[in-house]
Amino acid sequence: MSDLVLLGDEAVSQGAIDAGISIAYGYPGTPSTEIIEYLQEWKRKEDHSLVASWCSNEKTAYEAAVAVSMMGKRSLVTMKHVGLNVAADAFMNSIGFTINGGLVLAVADDPGMHSSQNEQDSRYYADFARTVCMEPRNQQEAYEMTKEAFHLSETLHLPVLLKLTTRISHSRAVVKRGPIREKKELNPSRDRHHWTNLPFLSRQNYEVLWQQRTELVTISENSDYNPLIIHPDNTDLAVITTGLAYNYYKEAEKELENKPSHLHISFYPMPEKKIRALAQRAKRVIVIEEGYPYVERFLKGILPLEIQIDGKLNDTIPHLGEINPDICRRALGLPVFEAVRPPIQDLPGRPPQLCRGCPHTDSYKALNKALEEYDHPVVTSDIGCYTLGYFPPHNAIHSCLDMGASVSMARGAAEAGAHPVVGVIGDGTFMHTGIQGLVDMLSAGNRVTLLILDNSITAMTGMQETIVDSSRIVEIVKGCGADPEHIKILKPLPKNLEENTAIIKGEIDYDGVSVIISARECVHITKKRLSKR
Amino acid sequence: MTYDIVLCGVGGQGVLSLAAIIAKGAMMERLHVKQAEVHGMSQRGGAVIATLRISSQEIFSDLIPEGAADMILSMEPLESLRHIKYLKKGGALITGKDPFLNIPDYPDEDRLYKEINSVPSSMIIDTKSLALEAGSNRAQNIVLIGSASKVLPIKRETFLKAIEDVFSRKGDDIVEINKKAFLLGRKS
Repeated sequence: MSDLVLLGDEAVSQGAIDAGISIAYGYPGTPSTEIIEYLQEWKRKEDHSLVASWCSNEKTAYEAAVAVSMMGKRSLVTMKHVGLNVAADAFMNSIGFTINGGLVLAVADDPGMHSSQNEQDSRYYADFARTVCMEPRNQQEAYEMTKEAFHLSETLHLPVLLKLTTRISHSRAVVKRGPIREKKELNPSRDRHHWTNLPFLSRQNYEVLWQQRTELVTISENSDYNPLIIHPDNTDLAVITTGLAYNYYKEAEKELENKPSHLHISFYPMPEKKIRALAQRAKRVIVIEEGYPYVERFLKGILPLEIQIDGKLNDTIPHLGEINPDICRRALGLPVFEAVRPPIQDLPGRPPQLCRGCPHTDSYKALNKALEEYDHPVVTSDIGCYTLGYFPPHNAIHSCLDMGASVSMARGAAEAGAHPVVGVIGDGTFMHTGIQGLVDMLSAGNRVTLLILDNSITAMTGMQETIVDSSRIVEIVKGCGADPEHIKILKPLPKNLEENTAIIKGEIDYDGVSVIISARECVHITKKRLSKR
Repeated sequence: MTYDIVLCGVGGQGVLSLAAIIAKGAMMERLHVKQAEVHGMSQRGGAVIATLRISSQEIFSDLIPEGAADMILSMEPLESLRHIKYLKKGGALITGKDPFLNIPDYPDEDRLYKEINSVPSSMIIDTKSLALEAGSNRAQNIVLIGSASKVLPIKRETFLKAIEDVFSRKGDDIVEINKKAFLLGRKS
């Protein structure tokens, strides 16, 4: 079998294919998006029977995958780290279930917030749920670990969390494929007590899970994914790495004269015995970990106070952002290499911005114009390209919390007495978790203008098809109970500025919920169509 | 042998395809490759950085330490200087000449050129003219690869084969334009 050049994300996809998955569900989110995209390409070219679908949000994706497992088949669910907040209810409550077909949740964290609103660490979710977490160091391991995760899911009857980070998700290297497993046949579980969360059943399931914890720790202690190398000559220092910090450490280690003992942790729950074995000779342990100081805090609980623990909690390692080779070198006391010349201090930044010809620019122009006459308008916004409306020259939005929050926050602001209040949300995000907020505000009869920026695509994450065709959004809005008189559709183009401004103004004056759909396709769709001709 | 490259430019300028073609060439010569990219929000007209590591041995890290890159390859002048801390002493700085203007406070070009020229092994390439001479404005990144190929540890023939592979599905004309762009860049 020929070698493949794959992104870390794609290595997960290939691992899932070779582990014999039947179905993959996900919601797009940087840096996880390429997992499903690769599977969709695989479906087109290699295996029409594979299902690889975007869902309306992470929760629906995860729940559907649980049922695939219940039916005896293997399934993969993908999302970004904050997506797991949305799917958390389903994830946490599926842990007591007796997983039938392998169920693996691939979550991509974004330390450094390259394309996210926080850098939460998904290892905590695995811990919280009391299941296994695995974190690959490179693309080959991402491939192999995914296969192992499916195996473990079926032998332990647990959903397994596979944690990625931006840097491995979006880095390419050669991957060698290994043995391929067949897909599983439909074989529904008949044990309905395994799949029902009623308190009396949940108590039993939780007890099983509790008894299982020692088994998970034993697997972790013996796992090759947690390699421990003891250098008995160094009685001063020991090093623990997690995630990609392993790679940075391995390159820096060559320059260390007296090599410290080293434990790398890729498999959780924590291998406590290995940690003790590492630390027993050392006076000081440096923890270089990607994400939160998760291992570091655990160390504080199990190591004697005499052992100094260096990491994020005492600022040996920066607490914010991605680990990189230089952070690793500094922590080890190695000099940073001298550059060809000193950096130039006063270079202007170049933040991301809306593309030339973007329909959102025209929507924001009209909105700003319509709000000109008010001293304190409130514009709640949401997650998508249009969050860039925060920057000049737009300066158009006052908030962005999480997916769908523009709608619910608009309701809250209006009910608190603000006017005018405009919620701004994209079509994809509206389908994700915006609808519920609209139902709320319609039932309360708030004075809110909801502006749905419909560009017919999930653009920010790289042009994924939205879950429903844009033409149906107006029907959905009507179906939620919006007054058809106050559902307006406009086309955001420079030549329509006056007309669009007037429409928005008119609806702001309306004492109730009005919905304006500002519809023009993303310029990248237009470009793609024109280049195909 | 290890050769580390920092590639940069503005989202939409073709930095990722720049990295992909050099990586392809390296792999055709059976070298190990690691290529880290940026996707998502920063691709929207913002500063973009990618790293490419080429080696005859196994590579661990996807990222390059400061002061350790053998080359900075940039689509435009401002971005070439943004990441100068990565360039090692004796490393090459190669950049396209034309500024990409999408910010209000873009520095004076002559000042940028002066800073770039202060780096001993630097080249400022008129990618636009050379790409147009080759037959397409869109071949600017291939011109840049051509210029970089004078220093990179990959053979000229390998690059031409890599370009052929990458563009073959777009037709013979496009392949020829890009080969020509590569050779013009190499001559510059």
